[in-house]
Amino acid sequence: MNVNQHTPMASPYGQPQPGYTQPGYAPLDGGYPAPYAPYNGPASPYQPGAPPQGYSPFTSFPSKAVAANPVSDLSSPLDLGISGPARGPPTTGPPPISAPQQYNQYSHSQGDMQNGPPPMTQAQPRPPVSQPYNPGAMNMSGPHPTYPQHYGPPPTMQQVSNQMSGMQITSGPPTPAGPGYAPPHSSQPPVSTAYSAAPPPSYTQAPPPVSSAPTQPPPSGPAASQQYYGSPPPPSQQPFNSSLPPTSQQQFTSSSVPPPPSQQTLPPSSYSGPAPPAGQPPAPPVSQPQQSFPPSQPPFSSAPPPTSQPAFAPGPPPTAPGSFPPRAPPPSSQPGSYPPPTSAPSCQYPGPLPPQQQPPPSQPFPYHSGPPPPRAQMPPTSMAQSNHLPPGPQGPPGPPGPLQQPPSQPGMQTGYPPQQNGAFGQVRGPQPGYAGPYPGQPNYGAPAPAPAPAPPAQKRLDPDAIPSPIQVIEDDKAKSTEPFTTGVRGQAPPLVTTNFQVKDQGNASPRFVRCTAYNMPCTADMAKQSQVPLAAVVKPLATLPPDETPPYLVDHGEGGPIRCNRCKAYMCPYMQFIEGGRRFQCGFCSCVTEVPPHYFQHLDHTGKRVDCYDRPELSLGSYEFLATVDYCKNNKLPQPPAFIFLIDVSYNAVKSGMVSIVCQELKTLMDYLPRENPEMDSIVRVGFVTYNKVLHFYNVKSSLAQPQMLVVSDVSDMFVPLLDGFLVNVNESRLVIESLLDQIPEMFADTRETETVFGPVIQAGLEALKAADCAGKLFVFHTSLPIAEAPGKLKNREDKKLIGTDKEKSLFQPQVGFYNTLAKECVAQGCCVDLFLFPNQYVDVATLGVVPVSTGGSVYKYTYFQAQSDQERFLNDLRRDVQKPVGFDAVMRVRTSTGIRATDFFGSFFMSNTTDVELAGLDCDKAITVEFKHDDKLSEETGALMQCAVLYTSCSGQRRLRIHNMAVNCCSQLADLYRNCETDTIINFFSKYAFRGVLNNPTKAVRDTLVNQCAQILACYRKNCASPSSAGQLILPECMKLLPVYLNCVLKSDVLLPGADVSLDDRAYLRQLISCMDVTETHVFFYPRLLPLMKLESGSLPVAVRDSEERLSKGGVYLLETGLHLFLWVGASVQQELLLNIFGTPSFGQIDSSMTSLPVLDNPFSQRLREIIDSFRAQRSRYMKLMVVKQEDRAELIFRHFLVEDKSVSGGASYVDFLCHMHKEIRQLLS
Amino acid sequence: MTTYQEFIQQNEGRDGVRFSWNLWPSSRLEATRLVVPVSCLFTPLKERPDLPPVQYEPVLCSRANCKAVLNPLCQVDFRAKIWACNFCFQRNPFPPSYAGISEVNQPAELMPQFSTIEYIVQRGPTAPLIFLYVVDTCLEEEDLQALKESLQMSLSLLPPNALVGLITFGRMVQVHELSCEGIAKSYVFRGTKDLSSKQIQEMLGLTKPAASGQQGRPLAPQDAAASCRFLQPVQKVDMNLTDLLGELQSDPWPVPQGKRPLRSTGVALSVAVGLLEGTFPNTGARVMLFIGGPPTQGPGMVVGDELKTPIRSWHDIQKDNARHLKKATKYYEAMANRSAVNGHSIDIYACALDQTGLLEMKCLSNLTGGHIVMGDSFNTSLFKQTFQRVFSKDNNGDFRMAFGGVLEVKTTRELKVCGAIGPCVSLNSKGSCVSENEMGIGGTSQWKVCSINPSTTLGFYFEVVNQHNAPVPQGGRGAIQFVTQYQHSNTQRRIRVTTIARNWADAQSQIQHIESSFDQEAAAVLMARLGVFRAESEEGPDVLRWLDRQLIRLCQKFGQFNKDDPTSFRLSESLSLYPQFMFHLRRSPFLQVFNNSPDESSYYRHHFVRQDLTQSLIMIQPILYSYSFYGPPEPVLLDSSSILPDRILLMDTFFQLVIYHGETIAQWRKAGYQDMAEHEVFKLLLQAPLDDAQEILQTRFPMPRYIDTEHGGSQARFLLSKVNPSQTHNNLYAWGQETGAPILTDDVSLQVFMDHLKKLAVSSSA
Repeated sequence: MNVNQHTPMASPYGQPQPGYTQPGYAPLDGGYPAPYAPYNGPASPYQPGAPPQGYSPFTSFPSKAVAANPVSDLSSPLDLGISGPARGPPTTGPPPISAPQQYNQYSHSQGDMQNGPPPMTQAQPRPPVSQPYNPGAMNMSGPHPTYPQHYGPPPTMQQVSNQMSGMQITSGPPTPAGPGYAPPHSSQPPVSTAYSAAPPPSYTQAPPPVSSAPTQPPPSGPAASQQYYGSPPPPSQQPFNSSLPPTSQQQFTSSSVPPPPSQQTLPPSSYSGPAPPAGQPPAPPVSQPQQSFPPSQPPFSSAPPPTSQPAFAPGPPPTAPGSFPPRAPPPSSQPGSYPPPTSAPSCQYPGPLPPQQQPPPSQPFPYHSGPPPPRAQMPPTSMAQSNHLPPGPQGPPGPPGPLQQPPSQPGMQTGYPPQQNGAFGQVRGPQPGYAGPYPGQPNYGAPAPAPAPAPPAQKRLDPDAIPSPIQVIEDDKAKSTEPFTTGVRGQAPPLVTTNFQVKDQGNASPRFVRCTAYNMPCTADMAKQSQVPLAAVVKPLATLPPDETPPYLVDHGEGGPIRCNRCKAYMCPYMQFIEGGRRFQCGFCSCVTEVPPHYFQHLDHTGKRVDCYDRPELSLGSYEFLATVDYCKNNKLPQPPAFIFLIDVSYNAVKSGMVSIVCQELKTLMDYLPRENPEMDSIVRVGFVTYNKVLHFYNVKSSLAQPQMLVVSDVSDMFVPLLDGFLVNVNESRLVIESLLDQIPEMFADTRETETVFGPVIQAGLEALKAADCAGKLFVFHTSLPIAEAPGKLKNREDKKLIGTDKEKSLFQPQVGFYNTLAKECVAQGCCVDLFLFPNQYVDVATLGVVPVSTGGSVYKYTYFQAQSDQERFLNDLRRDVQKPVGFDAVMRVRTSTGIRATDFFGSFFMSNTTDVELAGLDCDKAITVEFKHDDKLSEETGALMQCAVLYTSCSGQRRLRIHNMAVNCCSQLADLYRNCETDTIINFFSKYAFRGVLNNPTKAVRDTLVNQCAQILACYRKNCASPSSAGQLILPECMKLLPVYLNCVLKSDVLLPGADVSLDDRAYLRQLISCMDVTETHVFFYPRLLPLMKLESGSLPVAVRDSEERLSKGGVYLLETGLHLFLWVGASVQQELLLNIFGTPSFGQIDSSMTSLPVLDNPFSQRLREIIDSFRAQRSRYMKLMVVKQEDRAELIFRHFLVEDKSVSGGASYVDFLCHMHKEIRQLLS
Repeated sequence: MTTYQEFIQQNEGRDGVRFSWNLWPSSRLEATRLVVPVSCLFTPLKERPDLPPVQYEPVLCSRANCKAVLNPLCQVDFRAKIWACNFCFQRNPFPPSYAGISEVNQPAELMPQFSTIEYIVQRGPTAPLIFLYVVDTCLEEEDLQALKESLQMSLSLLPPNALVGLITFGRMVQVHELSCEGIAKSYVFRGTKDLSSKQIQEMLGLTKPAASGQQGRPLAPQDAAASCRFLQPVQKVDMNLTDLLGELQSDPWPVPQGKRPLRSTGVALSVAVGLLEGTFPNTGARVMLFIGGPPTQGPGMVVGDELKTPIRSWHDIQKDNARHLKKATKYYEAMANRSAVNGHSIDIYACALDQTGLLEMKCLSNLTGGHIVMGDSFNTSLFKQTFQRVFSKDNNGDFRMAFGGVLEVKTTRELKVCGAIGPCVSLNSKGSCVSENEMGIGGTSQWKVCSINPSTTLGFYFEVVNQHNAPVPQGGRGAIQFVTQYQHSNTQRRIRVTTIARNWADAQSQIQHIESSFDQEAAAVLMARLGVFRAESEEGPDVLRWLDRQLIRLCQKFGQFNKDDPTSFRLSESLSLYPQFMFHLRRSPFLQVFNNSPDESSYYRHHFVRQDLTQSLIMIQPILYSYSFYGPPEPVLLDSSSILPDRILLMDTFFQLVIYHGETIAQWRKAGYQDMAEHEVFKLLLQAPLDDAQEILQTRFPMPRYIDTEHGGSQARFLLSKVNPSQTHNNLYAWGQETGAPILTDDVSLQVFMDHLKKLAVSSSA
């Protein structure tokens, strides 16, 4: 296999990209081939996008749809092509196929297979695949080479959804149903306009439009939109509408058929729209050039679209007659939004040309929907070639798009961007503006259909009219049907809420690294102007799904990893080999370094090393090096790490049952210590300590018949009383350990000791590790404020009166400096501390957490712990915490290209200088947010590179370096920046930034800063990127349209705006918790997932609803998940049958709200529900205890706290209010 | 009239007292001229199987500063029921319980044969004995195993109600809790940190009960619960403790190459002392310290852990090159004093080939009455049997040990007490009978002897204060009363009272009498104690000079000679052996440090100042028996001339028991004659000294080092270093004698010594 692949690689075509994918993998692992192959296909397409050069050629090829095939062929042509997946290489044909597969998303393999052959005739294959979807995908992909994957498909979705949202029409939104969507589309156009209107006024105005919308749509999207949105913006809107409508309509139609497909279909439809004009031929090419062949294919199909369109059209109409048509406009909006992305790509590549050509087309397209964007891209990407161009223009032009957009474009070179942003008309605007962008469709849909809703909207901003997270999420899901390949620089990955597969083709997987912006501004000025934070969230040891291969381990021999002489960057794909391979030039600092003889390899005619694909460090984004002794502490290879369990045995701990539970569980956990090879025993040694006012160490040496307890009362000067026998191998000492764990609860059953120490406990563990000369992890199970006389003694300082004052910040700061010093020592030794708290009252988490937080550990808190109800949660957390892969004694360093610099870091770690992030322990759940600042200019050509190197000791005691490489694009146009942002990551950054800020600033100031920065970001966009429109119109960048809602969630969080019942400990706890969350976690934490459970299907989750009480139906049952909490909300008038299915009881009154797990009932519904709950729990790093909340029960208050779009009890603004506020801020900035 | 010899023996047998002078010069001036002070060796708890204790309490003189005990020397008015104190002449009424007293119905204490009498005090709580083992775990596996076995064995020897505790140490110090079931629990202290007693008690969780405890009274029962965790009745924790000892591992901390193991002896002792202090003050307790090497860290460290720095030698000490010496000594002294105040004694069992720091730690035992045992390994019979013998019992089944003794001396007004030398500390009780002139531990009339066994013997030194111009009335007698309060090993409180009296004599008119009352053995030992006591604080040569001068002065005083004519010098029988004792004393390890390590010197001195007269004499001048075909075994001169080829010699130096086979005997033995039937006699001859040695070994504490050697054997040095070098390589041919073995030494022989002595004694210039 490999060989074949290689050869292909070598082949002149050698389109690098294709080559990469296949070869790289192939060499690495036979297994890959299959998956890769398909990818390769896609990859190749993408690649073109990425590297301009490559593209052009590719584009040309690809453009021919066939191109894809060729590419693949080149690489490993022939292959079994399709099977490519299996053996990608062989099937060249496959490549194409693969492409299709990607597109297929939904049905990868199938599509591929078929495609294989078809590749020749792309059109054909595609059609077979999934016409509707593909098209959508196509479009998407088309637009953004990078995006393609993500957006590609998504775009369509998004667009659709946006449109939908815009549509207002579909109330359905909540229900993902196709119809629902459809409406949204229509709405989109309106969106922008609606928003545009001033908040209050807009509201009033908005409603009317909405109502009118329905009617209008049919007639002329634009018109409708205008009306809705408020005439002011109208002009722009209109254009959109007009353009959109057509596309959207088509889409709808298609969509109408199958709900999910419908969305996708929509895009296709849009394509069709464009396609027709373009002519089928053109269309295909377009798709081809663009990433996804499949999409392209579909597009083609769509191209035929003409036909399809009709088909669709019919469809839609039927489903949502009048309303849908209107939706047509939405599509336009979609396009708008998408287009931007497309345009973005275009900008990058053929910047000049595309803009010109594209602008018009793109604009239209954008609105229209995915299709246009693709074209736009295409053009840019060498695609520009006739084929592409035509399509682009055609598509766009066809629809009104051109009309509307043109204006915008003018404003911006990339007129698209604005569109993309889908400037949401505020309020109503939203519908119009958002329409496209906002998934709100469903919501909108509702309103739209029923004029009635509209009226209310008039009074206040209609929630359905504003960007809906759910819609965005769903759109993205729909869009991301194919594996995401990382080979293309600057390509934003799918959202964290989307399930997708990643193929590493030279950049780190988004599971490891996510950036706020994938297109960084070239200059500091631009960055400053936009205020968009430039940051990356790195999760160095993230666990990958089973179908993705963990980073390969590379051994460069005794000399250690090859590095740049100057900046010390590690060998990576960005190193350029020169002089026949004798030297390499560093991609980061440009320094030229000699290649050591043992590493020398000849270059092929493209300047690549011949063994490029044999070496992960030359072809992958993430891999590991085996470190040599030079990378070890004291120049000694590390000892195997140790786990030390330190258990509080004071009165409270014993009484709550914690002690016995821990001891019982540890007995089994001993067999699950982390190991790298599942078949080997873990070499992690264990030790046990219990403590109250004094510490008890245990000697569990295997030769003893009984464990021995060693009491250390000298807490003021901690030491470890024994060495041999304290840290032991589990297998050798199993009997003694079990005996010990059996006896600990008994021994302290009658304890009267209530005082505890804490500082000495950590010192003890630290000393033990020091004595054993190894790194390790402490698991501390602690109950109370350490008031016993000892270092680190604390006072109760909980003073609610300080909340809201300038002194509030002191409550987040540690009470004494002792723990900071201690943390430093811990880090120096590689001693990571995990703290499990079981408080019954104030324990000062802010202080106790200092050490865990500084050492890369975790804090778990179980307030009012009761064995019966909290046991499960605690045990699951504990199990996971003990078992999860972890590295020790880690140092992380982020290197970047000249021009930017990592300036700030957020997370659980310690820094003794400004560049090295020291982590005593680093587990698979810990993420570190890195902020970058310019210190020079970046170039668009080279983009911005970053390399995150983590030196750590694996749980098998091996010293390693894990390298993650990431390259993003650079732009000189703000619009590009705005088009390539990831709001979830930005929120992650903002939350960490803010939560650290409360240490030194009043919370109010922190909140204001956030609002301010956010307003500046949006204002900057409005000022520089959006099409000119009325000042009253709120225009949001497509990528950031959720920024306000998410930001509001951050502002309302307990840390920044505590309710009366939120304890200081809780706030400190959350603050620390957030600091090491990755994007997935922050996302669900700030915007909880709320699933309606009325109908469950196996295989797919119901579409979530927005976090607002209005979305809850009295007759429904909902599941809400935040990553920390899990609620099952039961409406008061829920059907008996549902109750029977879930609880086994027919009466609402009989539901026991104290249950923490659902009864196991033998019915499909119950099974599925439990499955869902289990799967949720499995996704999160912490176990979520299930709380059953009955409507109007007292517990509902807690539940409502998580309905983040509503006003919160503590005074947090509702989404609608906040959006208005934000709009006001923006307007102030603009004026 | 009995001879003085008989008188002395009778007195010793009855009262356990040997005076240097059995007639006392009646004036201060005369007393001073006698050179050897009026002094005595007193064995407070001499075994008196024939003396049943009386079940009541003593009657005390009512004068507040006298409080002498009613004794046979008191004048009693049976009719008035009044007795006159013979020390202060206070007239005291008898207590009501003596109402029935009459001349024919006298209480025991008034009968002459009860000059020594023992009372049992019924008052007050009785506290069980306490044994706290402090065990070094930095031992070789083999040693540790042997030690563990010995300790386990010792549990069976303890009285069932005795409390035992266990502290082990190495790098850390562990106090083992004995009460808990299941998991063995111990409290750990860092070996480098000097903790105050209060801190220790806090850390052991002993503080709460202590708050309610009254100072100076045993707290046993009420706070037993708290202390019990560490000190448990043997019967209760026997099994537990046996297991615990069985599982004792050697110190788990790795010892790097070139280092000594880290041994926290200082802190371990501090914890032991602190623990007892907090739980059982003023209760009889033994801390038994087992060490296999010197303290190498923390307070009380004697040597660093670098093997390249050897432990201090006498040479280092003289050069002031012993870094840790002063600090460590001070540390242990402070601890010994604390311990003594609380009545706890500390034993040291040091078994190692190298020194273990006894020099620094000796005061622990010296001040508290504890034992010091020194051996090469815990895996030797020397240690094992010695240790076993610590728990030996008397005929009544009681341990031969007593605790918390307070010994008070009362004298009649002509005498004052200058001090005591022995395993005791001063209680600083100033009284009318305390002399300002200190000899030994002085300035007090009360001493604390934390642990006493039947052979514990103290030397007391007195001063005659009667002025020359105020002669004692004819027939007047001086009296001394020793009141010893102690805790018997069966936990009873007892008081033993010994009252002795001696006649006064006018030294000018009765010098002959006085001379004949001289007890040269006692005097030699008493002078030797003074010398050893001085040697602790003075330079060796100074002490020797002082001893020499005393000897010369004595000879001048009592010798009969013509001025400047050494050959005319004669000493009376009662002094005839004295110079010889002094000669051997000068060569003894008590005063000579050559060839001895500081630890050994400390060890020898320790035993010298506490053994009774017989044993002390053996130490000064070892006994040498000769076995031959020509007759029964006979004692022979400790002289090189006794070393003959056809003899087997048995030498007992107290510390060593040497069997030496003469050259011929050795050859025969090598040839295996003893196994031949026809040479049965030879076999018996070989066996005889072994049997005798065995007999000595059986009774001696501590067990002597047993050495079986022969002519030319390396171990023969033990013998050769002791005998009088009458023949050396220098004079071998000059003497031209055919017998004996030359000793390769430059030491002077007895003959030379005597010649010098005579010369000096008769010299008019001296």
